[in-house]
Amino acid sequence: MQPIIQIRDVHKHFGRDIHALRGVSLDVNKGEVVVIIGPSGSGKSTLLRCINRLEEYDQGTIIVDGIPLDTAANINAVRAEVGMVFQQFNLFAHLSVLENIQLAQRVVRRRASAEARKVALDLLAKVGIPEKADAYPGQISGGQQQRVAIARALAMNPKIMLFDEPTSALDPEMIKEVLDVMLALAHEGMTMVVVSHEMGFARAAAHRAIFMDEGMIVEESTPEKLFSTPAHERTKLFLSKVLL
Amino acid sequence: MPATKPNALRSPPASELARIPGAEPSAKLDAWWWLLVGVIALVLALVVVRPDPFLRIVIYVRDGIAVTVLTTVVAFVLTLVLGLVGGLGRLSKNPVIFGLASLYVELIRGIPLMVQLIWWYFAFPSVLQQVGQSFNLTFLERYRANPIAMAIIGLTICYAAYMSEIYRAGIQSIPRGQMEAARSLGMTYAQSMRHIVLPQAVRVILPPVGNEFIALLKDSSLVSVVAVADLTRRGREFMSTTFIPIETWSMVALLYLILTLFSARMVAMIERRTKIEG
Repeated sequence: MQPIIQIRDVHKHFGRDIHALRGVSLDVNKGEVVVIIGPSGSGKSTLLRCINRLEEYDQGTIIVDGIPLDTAANINAVRAEVGMVFQQFNLFAHLSVLENIQLAQRVVRRRASAEARKVALDLLAKVGIPEKADAYPGQISGGQQQRVAIARALAMNPKIMLFDEPTSALDPEMIKEVLDVMLALAHEGMTMVVVSHEMGFARAAAHRAIFMDEGMIVEESTPEKLFSTPAHERTKLFLSKVLL
Repeated sequence: MPATKPNALRSPPASELARIPGAEPSAKLDAWWWLLVGVIALVLALVVVRPDPFLRIVIYVRDGIAVTVLTTVVAFVLTLVLGLVGGLGRLSKNPVIFGLASLYVELIRGIPLMVQLIWWYFAFPSVLQQVGQSFNLTFLERYRANPIAMAIIGLTICYAAYMSEIYRAGIQSIPRGQMEAARSLGMTYAQSMRHIVLPQAVRVILPPVGNEFIALLKDSSLVSVVAVADLTRRGREFMSTTFIPIETWSMVALLYLILTLFSARMVAMIERRTKIEG
């Protein structure tokens, strides 16, 4: 079976000086959970953002679920199939929790209000905060906001979920509630690409762990192997700084 | 599980921009209302105590008040639309659109409003007539300037240039993540603007937009030089028959004050009611 995400030799520059991605190639299979780790500035978030073309790349190709990311129509089609969760949650500040989850269903999927509402309520129950349906983003905790953000992405029935450091902006006591939702999602067979240093999550859910540095994939293997017996010096050095 | 049980946070539909829960009830009037009340009381007192000349002045200029309000409101609504177009143009990645929008803003801001109004009233119709002659279009050849229409065009074109910059700043003040989240859900640029960015930007720019409305109201007195019978022009006409400048111009000033103070209170009220929770 063809990989659901095919990344081929992607390059990305920021301005003249920064070569953020230096020829990255990566395949992700359907149902696979891939965790990407690496130091700040290694290009891991940039790579993730290229998958739904929030970031334009200068060279190379990315094909998602058989659709190449070239025309505007294709890009919007891919985005509707690929959910994204951001470090800063990015909930729509002027809309209630329920409206946050309903809006794209109505505007993009053209679902009727009643159906969109039902989907939203079901997902809120799934992420464990049905009682916050009518709250505004500014009124709930970071962990709750991130769970709403996951529900908002899931409401589009995505085939792939991208997570860009989903727990980095959270207070420590809220990390688990978000990771639990992500774990449940992984166990349901969702295809996930996760940029995160949560080793516990990677060990429990990921099929593959990737170490990136200076815009390249340095090595990849199972999380267990990558974390305990890394092959490259750079990986070892990085892990020695991250792992306590 | 009943997820929508009524609780303290229960909210009206978001489509009602002006009704965000938790916003202060509008019934609470702030102290500035008393200034407005004071000015109105002063006008009433003058009219009652000395109907001649004050009541005569008010009656004489009342159609001018209507013209001033009409011109201002129509020009302002058009300014909101044209300003949005200009503001989006100033944010465009397309160099041609960006260039045209920037050129418009820079040119218009460099020319005095009075000169612009005179140009639209005296020069623009001649331009149309000459175009009509050159291309044998009789309806253009016979074009005669409508003072109010030309005044509204002049005010709109000028104020929309300033409004563009307000829109641009307002849109830029919304964190980029809002647009990214909307786009990542598959919304188009236009959908993201309409549903996510603009509703939030509108709240941010409300104070400067309110200021623009009041400034426009005051600057609308300039249209009196291009044959529009607004409040200022009616005041001048009254004075030219009666020669009582102190009473006439004091009353005109008080009438403008009522309009501007009232507008300022309305802006403050809308601002309070559209605040975002949290």
